[in-house]
Amino acid sequence: MRYIPHTEAERRSMMEVIGIQDIDELFADVPADVRYPQLDLPQPMTEMEVMRELDMMAAENANLREFASFLGAGAYNHFVPAIVDTVISRGEFYTAYTPYQPEISQGTLQAAFEYQSMVAALTGMEVVNASHYDGATAVAEAAIMAVNVLRHKRRTIVVSPSLHPQYRQVLRTYTQGMEMKIVGDELDGNDFHALIDLCDKDTALVIVQNPDFLGQLHTPQEMQDLADAVHAKGALLAVATDPIALGLLKPPGDYGADIVTAEGHVLGNSVSFGGPYLGIFAFRKKYVRKSSGRLVGETIDVDGKKGYVLTLSTREQHIRREKATSNICSNQALNALAAAAYLAAMGKHGLRKVAELSWHKAHYAAQQIAQLDGYEVVGDKPFFKEFVVKCPRPVAEINQYLLEEYGIIGGYDLSQEYPGLGDAMLLCVTEMNAREEIDDLVTALGEAAAPMIRLEVTL
Amino acid sequence: MTLKYDPTLKYAETDEWARAEGDIVVVGISDYAQDALSDIVYVELPEVGDEVSAGDAVATVESVKAASDILTPVSGEIVEVNEALDDAPEVINEDPYGAWIFKVKASDLSELDKLMDAAAYEAFNATREH
Repeated sequence: MRYIPHTEAERRSMMEVIGIQDIDELFADVPADVRYPQLDLPQPMTEMEVMRELDMMAAENANLREFASFLGAGAYNHFVPAIVDTVISRGEFYTAYTPYQPEISQGTLQAAFEYQSMVAALTGMEVVNASHYDGATAVAEAAIMAVNVLRHKRRTIVVSPSLHPQYRQVLRTYTQGMEMKIVGDELDGNDFHALIDLCDKDTALVIVQNPDFLGQLHTPQEMQDLADAVHAKGALLAVATDPIALGLLKPPGDYGADIVTAEGHVLGNSVSFGGPYLGIFAFRKKYVRKSSGRLVGETIDVDGKKGYVLTLSTREQHIRREKATSNICSNQALNALAAAAYLAAMGKHGLRKVAELSWHKAHYAAQQIAQLDGYEVVGDKPFFKEFVVKCPRPVAEINQYLLEEYGIIGGYDLSQEYPGLGDAMLLCVTEMNAREEIDDLVTALGEAAAPMIRLEVTL
Repeated sequence: MTLKYDPTLKYAETDEWARAEGDIVVVGISDYAQDALSDIVYVELPEVGDEVSAGDAVATVESVKAASDILTPVSGEIVEVNEALDDAPEVINEDPYGAWIFKVKASDLSELDKLMDAAAYEAFNATREH
């Protein structure tokens, strides 16, 4: 899409129409003393100086190229093949804008359609939208959609305590003022049975995560039983999942999920603080008119040629205004394109390999750590690439030792969100972690178990 | 094409038509409404048993151009919905006064008095901009 600034002649003709002589007159309502405040800015720098300054600032971070990382908890270090950046950097694609005009956006629309198609295959669902902002907002959209599907007659959302804590926070802020009740995560120990017991005539949706926030896997049978019980109570089931895990595991569509959400950055989008990430949102076709976000569809034009359009856009805010199914109609087009490029590059077998490597390496790490004095791998369920380790000392202290002595970014400190687990960290291992890194982690954890003896060296 | 007006029906400013059959009120949308919406692709029906108040948005008619709420002109209980519209929503375009959408068992039939007759509705439409 093009951006063409106004010419001086155009500006003049517009000013004439609205009857002003000077652009400054537009700001007449802003008090003069705050109109052009003095900004206390440093002196301008040359491009060279700016690059040096930014490099120095960036160098203060511990980055994933130089440090071994075992941190996951929602943001995962998976390999991004070079082809992904090559594809998304093409000028025709490199825009954050939504393709409103099919007549000039066929390439972008086709890419979105292919993203949707591949994610539909991955999740086992019938419809996938063109994406939401991130995994957290996708969960919130699932709640809104379920309430709409049930015509606002049911307004309670039951969430599992093992759904990502930040997703639960976003769910609550996002749905403020919508008269929804969100329950289920009051007790860390609320399992599927407890969640089912909480379902009543007002329950619109049950949201669980699989693999869950603490890494644990629920078997397809457990998930199917949950889906059946939730449906028997007249509610829908949403499953938040990890797209990488779906390279290996049965998709939620196969065990009765009505809505599937995921943090999609793991597909070809790098880990970065604050995103941009990718909200995957998939659902059953029968709910399509209550779904949020853009849907790209394939059609045939008057000449019988294949073409791509925004489908069912009457649901959306540019047409339905305040009655739109969602007031978030933006999507993460470029991130979704990266996911499509990644999935196309990896293929079914490549994705399975990534999942298998992550699974094997995580299990190797867990096995080694379990043998360390003072550490305990928690949980009796199978896990995928993350697991909880009970530690002999506060996690913050252990992580500091790992970082300073070994250049290792340690696991996620669970003590804030799951105080019941005591000093516990959530460790994540992916295909990016070499065997040597895992062995170093085990050694470092073993050393960190003992209170540190600080040697004062005087030179 | 001139728009049709059925003189036996009552009309709302929001383009629904209503016909009383005893204490049951049958509701659809006018020829004016279907013409303005153009090709109708989907009708979201209310549920039988829903308690509704006059003015509530109880159904949605979606066309290739827009999705419009259908308001019930009377209060009461939804007793029947036209499920044939699920498979053939286009019959509203073809026969707007035959293709009813839902039926309400009215709790107060006098609410119908607030609606216009065909002549008044035709005059009302003449004042609207196309």
